[in-house]
Amino acid sequence: MSTPKQLPRWADLILLPLVGLAAALLLSCGVIALLGESPWQAMRLMVDGAFGSQESIGYSLFYATNFIFTGLAVAVAFHAGLFNIGGEGQAYIGGLGAGLVCLWLGHWPFWAVLPLAVMGAAGFGAAWAFLPGLLQAKRGSHIVITTIMFNFIASALMTYLLVNVLIKPGQQSPETREFGSNSWMPFAHEILARVGLDFTATPLNLAFVLALGAAGLVWVFIWHTRWGYALRVVGQSPEAAVYAGISPSRITIMAMLLSGALAGGLGLNELMGSQHRILIDFPGGAGFVGIAVALMGRNHPVGIVFSAILFGALYQGGSQLTFDMPRVNRDMVVVIQGLVILSCGALENMFRQPLTALLGRRRKSGEGRS
Amino acid sequence: MVEKITVLPPALELRSISKRFGAVQANRAVSFQVAAGSVHGLIGENGAGKSTVMNIVYGFHRADDGEILVNGRPVKISSTQDAIAAGIGMVHQHFMLVENFTVIENVMLGVEGGPLLAEGIAKAREALAKLGKDYGLDVPLDAIVGSLPVGLQQRVEIMKALHRGAQILILDEPTAVLTPQEADQLFRLLGRLREQGKTVLLVTHKLREIMAITDRVTVMRQGSVVAEVETKDTSPRELAEKMVGRSVLLQVQKGPARPGAELLTVSNLEVRDAQGVMRVKRVGFKLHGGEIVGIAGVAGNGQSELLEALAGMRAPVGGEIRFGGRDLVAEKIDPRGRRELGLAHVPEDRLRVGVVTSFSAQENLILGYQDHENFNRGLLMNNQAILEDCARKMAAYDVRPPQPGLRIAAFSGGNQQKLVVAREVDRAPTVLLVGQPTRGVDIGAIEFIHQRLIGLRDAGKAVLVVSVELDEILGLADRILVMAGGEIVGELSRAEATEEKIGLLMAGVREEKT
Repeated sequence: MSTPKQLPRWADLILLPLVGLAAALLLSCGVIALLGESPWQAMRLMVDGAFGSQESIGYSLFYATNFIFTGLAVAVAFHAGLFNIGGEGQAYIGGLGAGLVCLWLGHWPFWAVLPLAVMGAAGFGAAWAFLPGLLQAKRGSHIVITTIMFNFIASALMTYLLVNVLIKPGQQSPETREFGSNSWMPFAHEILARVGLDFTATPLNLAFVLALGAAGLVWVFIWHTRWGYALRVVGQSPEAAVYAGISPSRITIMAMLLSGALAGGLGLNELMGSQHRILIDFPGGAGFVGIAVALMGRNHPVGIVFSAILFGALYQGGSQLTFDMPRVNRDMVVVIQGLVILSCGALENMFRQPLTALLGRRRKSGEGRS
Repeated sequence: MVEKITVLPPALELRSISKRFGAVQANRAVSFQVAAGSVHGLIGENGAGKSTVMNIVYGFHRADDGEILVNGRPVKISSTQDAIAAGIGMVHQHFMLVENFTVIENVMLGVEGGPLLAEGIAKAREALAKLGKDYGLDVPLDAIVGSLPVGLQQRVEIMKALHRGAQILILDEPTAVLTPQEADQLFRLLGRLREQGKTVLLVTHKLREIMAITDRVTVMRQGSVVAEVETKDTSPRELAEKMVGRSVLLQVQKGPARPGAELLTVSNLEVRDAQGVMRVKRVGFKLHGGEIVGIAGVAGNGQSELLEALAGMRAPVGGEIRFGGRDLVAEKIDPRGRRELGLAHVPEDRLRVGVVTSFSAQENLILGYQDHENFNRGLLMNNQAILEDCARKMAAYDVRPPQPGLRIAAFSGGNQQKLVVAREVDRAPTVLLVGQPTRGVDIGAIEFIHQRLIGLRDAGKAVLVVSVELDEILGLADRILVMAGGEIVGELSRAEATEEKIGLLMAGVREEKT
């Protein structure tokens, strides 16, 4: 009987994503060459734009913070066997929750506003994921369909609110007034200045630490609590869950609530940390990038943090590229991201087999020698 | 030359076939000959490599090494088309039939003989009528396949193979879904095929079938052929020993049962399946402490649904299950609640239900008990306790390899089942429900698992065993209930139970009610 051929764990977790990444970058180089630019120059500009200076590092990590939150959101749902595509909408509504707290209580001291804002972001995000979760659990409506639909509803709802209800009187652009400055997330350069370190002013802020904390909590929850265990059982085998007395529908709802709450964290970074107001379409696609981040990070918090930083760097380095290379425009960055998603997600099995064979052969010849 | 001269070359000959899947050597230089016009048996435990050999012969896999000869001529088989062209037909354990097609449509499938069906159907009808006459294959050609009993569906499969010109017919575990009587009919059919000069290769793990029908038998163990003998010169015991590689107890060793107090009472239980079909109809029985009750029946006669309802996995539509002074149905007690009351369950479908295949052994050993205080410390799980619990059970149940961190899928079927039995039996439940206790389990582990079940019985607990293996029911049970069509159609004490009596009941022939 054939046991399925398996990659060693390290190769599965680290080598395979890297091979995928390398393949994606190679393809991107090809596309850039087709555009008549030097791929080598482009790659250098990208890396330089992402990590070359304090400013670029700050921006890369700022973007990464959004992706950590949305990546974790996708991963938690994924462990329960749910494909939550609604991170975008949940982040949007979650941001509304955080924003409302900041608008109303922006004059309170920061340490009093922060927990309430976190609760607002998580609560609103969770609420937006609750209905799709409930519909999946009780009616069997597919989560992929409902969460996509909820993205549109969120978008329409937010447009309505921003245009008609929350808009700052006397202006054209649909956005709220600025939050009270007490409720702003401390910037990284401010925090570092307090301990005597000099850092260029960037939007990177305390939310990055919160995102890392969320990643840690997700790790503990998924692998070290009975609820995380139940969630994984449901994700791997709903029949075994029923056998074990775990209610798949209850777990489905719980997973979606958690997922939505994590997606809501994006608002802490983007709104409280940088924009200091609620504005139209502030998630800017981060909810979808989260899917790629989770995929590439193997749905493991550590992997997600790293792949979120990678995507943050791509985002930041890509904008740098569009500045310096006239023939490469914003869409090229999207193409590169798309290629990364393609090769790390969809084409993964294409790399897996040759890699397994290669490693298998090496190990066998190693055995032969010993 | 003083050797006996064989007039015909062997219908099928394998010469040192080897096949490796990754680290697993599934077949190691497998060679054997199947004489033309004979029924040849191929036996071995699960994982011995029988299926791999068959899949190579039928073109599903390609051998790494070795050659296949048909009628003395080497053939290259790299697809099922090649196999069919070489005159090899296969009847799979799980039928490959289109259920809502008629028999004739199924048989023609793939050999329609032209773009228009009418002509093909006429030709096929003629050919099938002849086949039917030659072999006594009595199948209504215009019946919808899904409406036929399993035994007839199997005949359709055989007809399909013959219609494609098969001279060599491979049957993979053909009796798994049949009643003993249906199996006997199948054997008579195989006998007729042999008389007509066809060659039959019977792949099975049931010794009874080998003894009943085959001329010669090849025994495989761990990917190699370990023996090839004339059936008349051997005995079930000898074959079993060759299969396992050591002496085995074919008979379950147990003392007489001493039934005690009534522990579980089921009355008027009615259960529907997911499609809404009533699968269990007004079933009632009692379980007493100190007895093993067996439920016999052909697969798909409601046993699975009954077991799931008892375990709390499927809500019945009516009836009562009284256990520990409570009505489990009316109180809607879930599987976890039932475990807490002392009702444990070893499910039929181990890989889909009993374990989570991607989890490690230690994670699987808390499935269903994940909320237990021993395994948790405050908010977090107590991984140390989980690990120790697993290590202890692995030692007590002789699970190999004893590595709690290893993924459960990496264990053999027998060791997986030992882990599941360890998980459920170790907490000394008052009543244990067991579905197919030894499905996909090697003989060594079968003995061990049976001993544990008997141990539980001797400790005064009740055990309910559902199995489609009649031998297992007869070996284990002190009292036997037979299910057919969702009803309990008969109850026999072990003393009065015989294979024939049970077989008739399984086929739905009711006993006179007294």
